[in-house]
Amino acid sequence: MRRGRGRTLRQREARTGLALISPTFVVTLVVVVLPLLWAIMLAFQEARLINIRYTGMFGRYSLDNFRYVLGEPGFWSGLAVTLVYTVAGTFLSIALGLVAALALAGPLRGRTLVRASVLLPYVAPVVAAAFVWQVMLSPQYGIANELGVRLLGWDRPIGFLTQAKGELLGVTVPVALLTVIAFEAWRYFPFAFLFLLARLQAVPRELHEAALVDGATPLQRFRYVTLPQLSRVIALLAVLRFVFTFNKFDDVYLLTGGGAGTEMVSIRVYNLLTARDDIGASAAQAVVLALVLVLFLGVYLRFFAGPERSAE
Amino acid sequence: MTAGDRRAARAVPPSRPRRPYRRWTRDRVERTALRLLRPLVIAALLLATAFPFYYMVVLSLRDVQALILDPGALFVPPDEITLDTYRQVLTPEEEGGQGFVGFIRNSVIVSVAAVALTLLISIPGAYAVARLRFLGRRQVHFLFLAVYLFPPIVLAIPLFVLFSLLGLRGSLPGLALVYISQTLPVTVYMLRNYFETVPRSVEEAAAIDGCGPLATIWRVTLPLSRPALMATGLYVFMIAWNEFLFALLFLVEDRDRWTVSLGLSQLAGAIEVPTTVLMAGSVVLTLPIVIVFFACERLMTGGLTMGAEKG
Repeated sequence: MRRGRGRTLRQREARTGLALISPTFVVTLVVVVLPLLWAIMLAFQEARLINIRYTGMFGRYSLDNFRYVLGEPGFWSGLAVTLVYTVAGTFLSIALGLVAALALAGPLRGRTLVRASVLLPYVAPVVAAAFVWQVMLSPQYGIANELGVRLLGWDRPIGFLTQAKGELLGVTVPVALLTVIAFEAWRYFPFAFLFLLARLQAVPRELHEAALVDGATPLQRFRYVTLPQLSRVIALLAVLRFVFTFNKFDDVYLLTGGGAGTEMVSIRVYNLLTARDDIGASAAQAVVLALVLVLFLGVYLRFFAGPERSAE
Repeated sequence: MTAGDRRAARAVPPSRPRRPYRRWTRDRVERTALRLLRPLVIAALLLATAFPFYYMVVLSLRDVQALILDPGALFVPPDEITLDTYRQVLTPEEEGGQGFVGFIRNSVIVSVAAVALTLLISIPGAYAVARLRFLGRRQVHFLFLAVYLFPPIVLAIPLFVLFSLLGLRGSLPGLALVYISQTLPVTVYMLRNYFETVPRSVEEAAAIDGCGPLATIWRVTLPLSRPALMATGLYVFMIAWNEFLFALLFLVEDRDRWTVSLGLSQLAGAIEVPTTVLMAGSVVLTLPIVIVFFACERLMTGGLTMGAEKG
């Protein structure tokens, strides 16, 4: 014992552990935690990029930004849009992922190729994916409208990404919002697919055999054998996808720019920051957004994930 | 069998009386339906996922006039194929092109730097969490929450201000630093899971031979963890290559620093750039990451879902 004089082996282990993890902590602290705290402080100050040098840590704190942000009707509609988008996007991407995982779990010719294709939307950069959708859905030269008008007999092209409202079977539907939800489901179902497939392949064979012997039909086996086995992964996916979708900015920003009834809160934050240069107000809005998310997660963990956790 | 398995097995309803002479049992109907449904579902999935990318390539090879005349064409007649779009995208701006070669260089620099730095930082961290007992070990997962719970847009505001003040805005290293912070929690988690599978006895043997912790990691743990390192590196590369928001906020004012994603999105705002050229740019942006991903698909998906079995 040259260096660790007077310390137990356990203490030396603890010191090494802290030393090895500290770079991770430091980076997270500098680029995540401190900015986060600063964002919260900025939210209570009147800060613009021009005067930011003079807004010190002990500047004048007030609730003005929050009053301003919460007083705008656009914020509340933005929050509503964000929630609809998040819930629908989360649900659809997991449901589609489940269908894909079930369909591709068994033996299949050309399986590698099929799986590669299914993963494409998730792997491709969001900018490229959003552009192809824009082109395909364009009312002027988009293939979707071309086929719709020519083969399905639409009266006129649909502005999938520019039209706030449209009629479907006599019901008014938010066209652009539904389109960005579809994009979200399309782009992220491979994520759910990967997790569900991995879990499906780990379901013990005996369970299915036992159910077969008991005379369970395929749907019964899915309902009583497969689904209970998947429930924990689905719960995990629900949390992950909810958080990711709620925080999403680029997908919708690239598709619609926040127009036609798709102005999520995160897009409003971006506009306040870049177009109006109002750092304080954008920070306040972002903080409220984060709080809403924390609130929802708290409720979810409290009421839905509770028994799962105690079972561990 | 775990408790959960037993519960699931018990949940199967008791067998109903068999009626061997009835031809169309519920079981048979369901089996037939599913057998017919499965190829349909697979075909629909293939169409939905591959078609947009196929269409992207088709458009990138066409002339924009031809596109407007016939938007529904699903393939290009060989005599109409043009590579002019790609030439236009790739030639430098001074020569009248869009300068994507420069954007690619920037993207490669940022992505490779992010991969190298992330691995450098997360390997010791992951090893510590996997092997060593220290105060706060169990609290490490709060880092995940800190990074993921808060919308990137929240972090973007103070970082935007900070980088403006420090003159780091518009710098590629600054951007790489942000990417590292976004990927660190996941990479620490992925590597930790793998390091735990490395037999302790091998590492102990190295320690007895006189290796310190760093030497043990370098000589024993890392050589045994090559697949996990590859998977983690690819994951970071993918995130950094595809990232858009931070690139937009930090680099937008300086065209020479644009990454491919940013360059493409900025081109779309310019009216004079034809759609077909945009599609060529999209192919240029998509192709590298798709090639990298599928070259190592097994590794990647294995690494991403590691631990999913445990839920």
